[in-house]
Amino acid sequence: MASKQQANWSPYDNNGGTCVAIAGSNYCVIAADTRLSTGYSILTRDYSKLQQLADKSILASSGFQADIKALQKHLSAKHLIYQHQHNKQMSCPAMAQLLSNTLYYKRFFPYYAFNVLGGLDNEGKGCVFTYDAVGSYERVGYSSQGSGSTLITPVLDNQLKSPSPLLIPQETEAVDLVKDVFASAAERDIYTGDRVEITIVNAAGIRREYAELRKD
Amino acid sequence: MFRNQYDTDVTTWSPAGRLFQVEYAMEAVKQGSAAIGLRSKTHVVLATVNKSNSELSSHQKKIFKIDDHIGVAIAGLTADGRVLSRYLRSECINYAFTYESPLPVGRLVVQLADKAQVCTQRSWKRPYGVGLLVAGLDESGAHLYYNCPSGNYFEYQAFAIGSRSQAAKTYLERKFESFTNSSREDLIKDALFAIKETLQGEKLTSSICTVAVVGVEEPFHIMDQKTIQELIESLEIKEEEPTDQGEAMEERSPEAAPAPMDI
Repeated sequence: MASKQQANWSPYDNNGGTCVAIAGSNYCVIAADTRLSTGYSILTRDYSKLQQLADKSILASSGFQADIKALQKHLSAKHLIYQHQHNKQMSCPAMAQLLSNTLYYKRFFPYYAFNVLGGLDNEGKGCVFTYDAVGSYERVGYSSQGSGSTLITPVLDNQLKSPSPLLIPQETEAVDLVKDVFASAAERDIYTGDRVEITIVNAAGIRREYAELRKD
Repeated sequence: MFRNQYDTDVTTWSPAGRLFQVEYAMEAVKQGSAAIGLRSKTHVVLATVNKSNSELSSHQKKIFKIDDHIGVAIAGLTADGRVLSRYLRSECINYAFTYESPLPVGRLVVQLADKAQVCTQRSWKRPYGVGLLVAGLDESGAHLYYNCPSGNYFEYQAFAIGSRSQAAKTYLERKFESFTNSSREDLIKDALFAIKETLQGEKLTSSICTVAVVGVEEPFHIMDQKTIQELIESLEIKEEEPTDQGEAMEERSPEAAPAPMDI
């Protein structure tokens, strides 16, 4: 019996890293670590996994960075066309749908990207959209994706969900929570560490903060 | 120009070596309302006259942003202009996607010219009926180009197209040597003055003209009406020169022109 021919290489690689986003009543926090890895090696300690796609939309992605770079460029180009045609920026929910469609377009050779899209919706409220690799998405109050997500999600659940109904933190509380969960993830996940890049979107614009993490 | 037996198809030469359909397309540009452009070392300004069909309707959009560093002003069939603007935007986006840098203006105008040329050599197409003033900035400085329906393009220090553009051109010819080192404000004022020339006595207000600027560290954008109105008013205060000087030059009729495409 002849066995099926198989490729001896993979088009994908996992560059690791973790992304988190938390939505507030009038702000959104989107964060990701800055470590880029391959296998058991570190490629760089200073790589941004965040990309501002529109005025009020920031995409955080972990996974295969080559695919992620291509995905980000694709979405930015689409946004430019949108601006030419409509004379305004895309809203975050519109960008969320565009991202979903773009991912599903490559359903049979997917972007190896685990995305979290954060920003402000049309009413100025914080919104977070979480995705799988082929575009299935949902609007949520908070989300985590990537190598440290299994360590972070339970903590966010405990802090934000179990005090039911969903607790919506203040901006400063959310930023502190993000720093804490990344510090925790960096303890046990080897792919998460070095630094965490935190962006906060609110009516005034976009603010950026950094926090140091374990380098090992 | 009169009708003749060689002007039905764009693919028919006349015995004198002319393509009449292409020349007729260039006539369409002359019928459109005026558009002018001028450039200095660091800035390029585009201005157009916006005449609407009636008081009830809105104005035609004649200036289009193509990219942060390029914009165009059109005269002629505005629908053709819109379609070409979409093409130009697409080219800029694709270039930036591949090369992570802005498309040089000179490259864009060649692509546009080649696209126009195709329509002069296909029996099932017609030439685009629109002239474009392409204003942009790239590594080699500030540029102003004029693209015609024939597929020709030229670089200019200053130029005017559309109806009554000769009046603007006369003014620009007088002053163009000073443009290279003009300040941004003076350049805009010269543009407004040139537009005024095409109006031939009609009052210039910010509601009938549109002005756009692109410059070093200034992305292409259309200026707001309020700023334009203020500049127009400051122009009027300064204006002491008698207008008969301008009129004398307009009397000069165009010499027997060589076939337009040869220019």
